Amino acid sequence: MDIKLTIPQIQKKANAIREDIITMLQKAGSGHSAGPLGMADLMAALYFSILNIRPSEPEWADRDMFFLSNGHTVPVQYAAMAEAGFFPKEELVTLRAFGSRLQGHPERERLPGLENTSGPLGSGLSQAAGYAYTLQYIDEIKHRFVYVCMGDGELDEGNIWEGAMFAGKYKLGKLIAFIDRNNIQIDGTTEEVMPLEDLKGKWESFGWHVIEIDGHNIESIIDAASQGRAMSNRPTVIIAHTIPGKGVDFMEYDYRWHGTPPGLQDISGSPAKADQARIALEKLRTLDGTIIHEGSGI
Amino acid sequence: MTYPLDPSLFSDAMKFDPTRAGFGRGLKAAGEANEAVVALCADLTESTQMHLFKEAFPKRFIEVGIAEQNLVTVASGMARAGKIPFTSSYAAFSPGRNWEQIRTTVTLNNQPVKIVGSHAGIYTGKDGATHQMLEDIALMRVLPRMVVVAPGDAIEAEKATRAIAENGQPSYIRLTREKTPIFSLEESPFEIGKAYVLKEGADVALMGTGTMTYQLLLAAKILAEQGVNAEVIHVPTIKPLDETTILQSVKKAGRVITAEEAQIAGGFGSAIAELLSDKLPMPVRRFGVQDRFGESGDPKEILTSIGLTGEQMAEAIKMWCDVTPRYHQERASTAE
Repeated sequence: MDIKLTIPQIQKKANAIREDIITMLQKAGSGHSAGPLGMADLMAALYFSILNIRPSEPEWADRDMFFLSNGHTVPVQYAAMAEAGFFPKEELVTLRAFGSRLQGHPERERLPGLENTSGPLGSGLSQAAGYAYTLQYIDEIKHRFVYVCMGDGELDEGNIWEGAMFAGKYKLGKLIAFIDRNNIQIDGTTEEVMPLEDLKGKWESFGWHVIEIDGHNIESIIDAASQGRAMSNRPTVIIAHTIPGKGVDFMEYDYRWHGTPPGLQDISGSPAKADQARIALEKLRTLDGTIIHEGSGI
Repeated sequence: MTYPLDPSLFSDAMKFDPTRAGFGRGLKAAGEANEAVVALCADLTESTQMHLFKEAFPKRFIEVGIAEQNLVTVASGMARAGKIPFTSSYAAFSPGRNWEQIRTTVTLNNQPVKIVGSHAGIYTGKDGATHQMLEDIALMRVLPRMVVVAPGDAIEAEKATRAIAENGQPSYIRLTREKTPIFSLEESPFEIGKAYVLKEGADVALMGTGTMTYQLLLAAKILAEQGVNAEVIHVPTIKPLDETTILQSVKKAGRVITAEEAQIAGGFGSAIAELLSDKLPMPVRRFGVQDRFGESGDPKEILTSIGLTGEQMAEAIKMWCDVTPRYHQERASTAE
């Protein structure tokens, strides 16, 4: 953004994004809850501080690039884009509706401001790497950076590690990757389904600069991105430890909320389905800009 | 306009060259003409003839290693950055292994990435079934926005490569490993989306794509000696089909033969049959690989085992024509 917000302002944006997500998903009647809520702080930090972009001029030639690899979490990106002014907030409730620009998974050509089409997992890192390679070696442009966000479950895909190897070989200093490390995927926890640890060690061995942060700490997210930009001879991956469903207590940590929108079904330990969205929104409004959380120990 | 054929065709002086060699020359020329052209390879640079481009434009050549999924997704990102990426590997691996990445990050994402599948078809020869990609035409032509080109010889492959560099669309080009006969000349026309009548005739229309067009020219020569006057249509662009030329041509003959060195299911012949069933239904006999895999051997041996040599097809076409009535001319004239 041309005008970057303060940390408390970004925190408020993150919670506005969370409210948008609940409203959108309830209206759509399908979609993913946990991942988008957990990524709200990251996306707010990107769209209101880290990315050098112009919402009124989506194809601005000097912009930073943001590739969303885990396309199923796109409601959080749509909400951040709307909050940033890429399109009217009223359009958010058209998510997943016939004729909407807000497709269930992001389609680049439908909505100005999207940089890629994704959904099938594992391909965003390589696309970002291709862009970063072009900036660094072919066009030799210094002032632009390429960001990509991946889910942790997505790291099961082989394409990710092909991209990681490629970025490591070519020392893609313009590439800054985020991993939403929320420990869940559809069939259970990541460590049950297909263990990822030692995750830091894996990326380091591929030649990456690795930073681990609390993915709900706006200041940490912004600092890590800044470190990534300063790292000119290596790609950077920021493992952002997040809590799936963050901000809505009955969704937090529960993998059953991965692919379920509020209001669709009763889930033990959560309010009755008719009350889920209302209670979630009430909960988010009481947060008043700050997210109180236990953090991840980072 | 009459399509100029190489005068040495069927003579002892007939020339041979693999279509991949034409691609290599065409890519270098495309790189000279447009500096947005970049090339990515998956550890098969010389084999896919990308080395000519690499030597001329080292800065615009990217080695991605044996990683075909990465090959096309990196290319997708480079296309987003304004480049025209050519990606090459063996067709069995790309588009064989990375079809979903092509679907999502190239065609749905609408980026002008060029998929170059070398060693396609049974002309791959001794490498055997794993490397004889027979399903690529079917895989690529079902993708919306994808242009599919199977050049007939090395000269045409060079022209096709230069043309797809500038078409602004996701495109697939199908190449062979082994040398195949040259039937066209430098001055022969090539445009994406055009089919060409190589020989006129009114008894049966023979439509070939890729290197099978040569076999059909041979079949037509043999058929002529038997009193069957065949029209030969070369269809290098499988998608989009040149409906005008094809429909015009088949109206005269009233019955159609197709030939491809690929799986018969979903391939070139299927595309022609789909067109004709919609626009001008008439008898169609498709030659291709009949729901089986290839095997190691000399290309000619394999071709013979599948019944795809010009001599074999001429015999089969003659028998088919003897028992297959021609489509009514009157109906054809009202089917515009």
